[in-house]
Amino acid sequence: MQIELTINEKAVKWEVAFDELLADTLRSHGFLSIKTACDTSCCGLCTVWIDGKSRLSCSILSLQAHGKKITTIEGLPKEAEEFAQILSAEGAEQCGFCSPGFIMSVLAMKNELVNPSEEEIIHYLTGNLCRCTGYMGQLRAIKTFLGVA
Amino acid sequence: MFTIIDLVQPNNLDEAYQILSDKRNNTILGGCAFLKMGKKRINTGVDLTNLKLSYIQERDNFIEIGAMTSLRELETHPLLKEYYNGVLPQSVRDIIGVQFRNGVTVGASVYSKYGFSDLITALLCLDTEVELFKAGRMPLADFLTMPKAKDILVRLWIKKTLRQAIYLSFRSSASDYSVLNVAVSKLDNHWTIAVGARPSKAAIAVSASAMLSQEVLTLEEIEEIAQKASEELSFGTNQRGTATYRKALCKALVKRGIMEVLPCKSN
Repeated sequence: MQIELTINEKAVKWEVAFDELLADTLRSHGFLSIKTACDTSCCGLCTVWIDGKSRLSCSILSLQAHGKKITTIEGLPKEAEEFAQILSAEGAEQCGFCSPGFIMSVLAMKNELVNPSEEEIIHYLTGNLCRCTGYMGQLRAIKTFLGVA
Repeated sequence: MFTIIDLVQPNNLDEAYQILSDKRNNTILGGCAFLKMGKKRINTGVDLTNLKLSYIQERDNFIEIGAMTSLRELETHPLLKEYYNGVLPQSVRDIIGVQFRNGVTVGASVYSKYGFSDLITALLCLDTEVELFKAGRMPLADFLTMPKAKDILVRLWIKKTLRQAIYLSFRSSASDYSVLNVAVSKLDNHWTIAVGARPSKAAIAVSASAMLSQEVLTLEEIEEIAQKASEELSFGTNQRGTATYRKALCKALVKRGIMEVLPCKSN
């Protein structure tokens, strides 16, 4: 079936199967920032924005994204780079596999929360798993990025 | 891997119900987060996106919650933070992550009667009714014990009261499923204790709830009532914990719940 949506400000028409998941559709169209790792909707690696809200693209049918506005990290190069610079300066970047989904969550949090406390940051970002870092470097980077350090 | 042969997005509930009833394996779709972990073979998936059921609305005597409302909306809505000591936001805040809760729907969580549900336990300690398209409106507790029949959960109605409530869960790690969860509420002297993830679906500890309706409660009495709750409900064993472990957790969480609600003014 054909769906129409906006991906990173560009209108597209894509053919999708009824049981196709958005993460797979996005990857098949070259949006390779989308990773999937857990198979149980808990790792956050596939995070994109749908109509401005962060969503697990592995847990929504592509058909349910019909008519919606999708944003991936490819559509936010400036914001992503700004945060990535801080992240690597804090030594919080290792293998990088979880970074695209994680950064999409951090940017969503920046849009949603005003001056969050450490507890609020941790609560907002629970569900974004990283198996390299132990999260402390990331937390430092986020505080610097949000100006709440 | 699950399969869906066809998918429809009907414009009204009559049409949705008609399609749902056409074939045995036609299914209503919620957020699809749980569906994708199973091996369900769906003939026609019925997506309710076009029915404008994503809302939280304040009425004269009720708070009305549409079936397609996400758990994240439940968590962040000012009305629900204000009512019942914020028990509903409290119950969903530890379910995986924000991007998961942005997708998961209230209707699918309740209609599926998931044993692990955090939300059902919290709703059960409030005066909650479910509205089904065919079977109509009924108390949540009745719906939970009713045999499964094909229907569409349209919305929830929660009576607006000064009921004070608390939600507590025990998790092996943050954002994991609850090993056991408990909600305790009080309106005037009427108490309700609900226990979920037993691991079967949530139920009210009826006798223990009735015992609580006294003027003064001593620590010994509270402990006795918590003990009673753990005895009148049944517990099972799965990978997350044994029945014996859950029974012990139940006693501890119910006691904590009562002691937290006790000083709250609900009249």
